[in-house]
Amino acid sequence: MYSSNRRSLHLLMPWLVLAVLLTVWQLSVVVFEIPSFILPSPVAIYHAFQEYRPIILHHASLTMMNTMIGFGFGVIVGVLLGIFIGTIPMVYSGLYPVLIGFNSIPKVALVPIIVLWLGIGQPTAIATAFILCFFPIAVNVATGLATVEPEVEDVLRSLGASKIDLIRKIGLPRAMPFFFASLKISITLAFVGTVIAETIASNDGIGYLMMQASSQFRVPLMFAGVAVIAALGILTYVIFAFIEKRMTGWAIRGKK
Amino acid sequence: MSDFVTLESVDLQYGGKGGVLALSGTDMSIRKGEFAAVVGPSGCGKSSLMKLVTGLTPSTAGQIKVDGQTVSGPLKCVGMAFQNPTLLPWRKLLSNVMLPLEIVQPHRGRLMRHRQEYVEKARGLLKMVDLQGFEERHPWELSGGMQQRANLCRALIHNPDLLMLDEPFGALDAFTREELWGVLQDIWMEKRFTTILVTHDLREAAYLADVIYVMSARPGRVIATHRVDLPRPRTLETTFEPRFIEIVHTIRNEIAQIREESRAA
Ligand SMILES: Nc1ncnc2c1ncn2[C@@H]1O[C@H](COP(=O)(O)OP(=O)(O)OP(=O)(O)O)[C@@H](O)[C@H]1O
Ligand SMILES: [Mg+2]
Repeated sequence: MYSSNRRSLHLLMPWLVLAVLLTVWQLSVVVFEIPSFILPSPVAIYHAFQEYRPIILHHASLTMMNTMIGFGFGVIVGVLLGIFIGTIPMVYSGLYPVLIGFNSIPKVALVPIIVLWLGIGQPTAIATAFILCFFPIAVNVATGLATVEPEVEDVLRSLGASKIDLIRKIGLPRAMPFFFASLKISITLAFVGTVIAETIASNDGIGYLMMQASSQFRVPLMFAGVAVIAALGILTYVIFAFIEKRMTGWAIRGKK
Repeated sequence: MSDFVTLESVDLQYGGKGGVLALSGTDMSIRKGEFAAVVGPSGCGKSSLMKLVTGLTPSTAGQIKVDGQTVSGPLKCVGMAFQNPTLLPWRKLLSNVMLPLEIVQPHRGRLMRHRQEYVEKARGLLKMVDLQGFEERHPWELSGGMQQRANLCRALIHNPDLLMLDEPFGALDAFTREELWGVLQDIWMEKRFTTILVTHDLREAAYLADVIYVMSARPGRVIATHRVDLPRPRTLETTFEPRFIEIVHTIRNEIAQIREESRAA
């Protein structure tokens, strides 16, 4: 009884926090009479969302699509790169520092270059999402592969296992928790990438919509856009967190 | 009978020049089908010896031969159980035990078509070490001793020619341990694979082995060899016979002496 009550309370907590935040926000806007072109109230944002719903959803779905395509490429490249780096020590020494260096570049700085190559529009958004999200996947997969316990490897090697056997039987299964953990991070980064690219170089997508709204001083619409992005980000995160839990229960020893 | 495993003045130094000298001038020769035990003080290089013989670690000097071939890389088809059970946490017990079948030929090629037969075999082994009913559990749901027993099954499943056991019963209580001596002896008497067993338990060595190698403190080398000429199958009764007790006593005194000498040095 006690523990199940407590569990449902834990599940309820984020909603409670959100409700409190929104209430405080709404009250402050009303009490301090903040004009809506500076900070619209949650109710005003909701009305804006209702009013512009078809437009917002149209742009949101484009953003979502670009994010998913970029993320898909990110997963493929990240996994392959991770396997490459994690299983060949020479590649590890060579590529790992370079990747770290690459990752410390603020990616926004790359968008103009990508625009130069791919032009304005969808390809740029996809490429930016990809560039932001493949790195954590590659690093995590490589780490998972490179940190296999030597004793476990010895057991298989003394059976005559080839390098490929080692990767298939212990490397990859061991890297799975690392991989799924990185998916959660990467999908959020992919969103960031898409929206950045859309604000700079696009004619559609939520990022573009917000730039438009900003130039026309339609502040509630901007906030509605932010809210939609946040909701999409959380939704995809939750989906991947769920998949992670299903796939890698052994890594947390069956604990909740 | 011919020698199956031979070591000739083998040295092993970890970490290059100036590193830890683990073994120095180790000689051994173990016949085909023989059960050898290695005893010695902690840190004298017994686990290192296991890795040398299986080719997992290259020796610094000397020659190691297994089945007439000089060991230059990891051997194939060795059954190995390390000091700590290295079961894979993402596999259930049964598939952990069956892991060698996915690597070693000819089982590897036959596994798909004859799966049922192999599953029966794995279940049979698990039953022998009293683990029936745990086939579908993950290793981390088992106690340390249970994991060690499963580890032993994994080392045996593919009928290895050479079985290497590094303190396989270390985490077990005295009763289970003595029971497993009997189990291991039965399997060995049936299959007669060459076995090298590292242990701290002198009674275990005397119960199971044909020959016991006593190693010196680090750097380790063989300082005494004892043949155990007790008839098989040995039972717990055997362990109370004067001859058995005499062997255990002799070895105990030798090791006590080594420890004293190394402390004095
Ligand atoms: N990978 C390694 N790198 C460096 N030194 C090592 C390594 N493995 C073992 N040693 C050293 O070699 C020596 C022998 O180690 P080993 O594990 O073979 O001892 P052991 O006889 O198995 O001891 P125990 O009975 O406690 O298991 C030890 O002094 C240890 O510090
Ligand atoms: Mg050891």
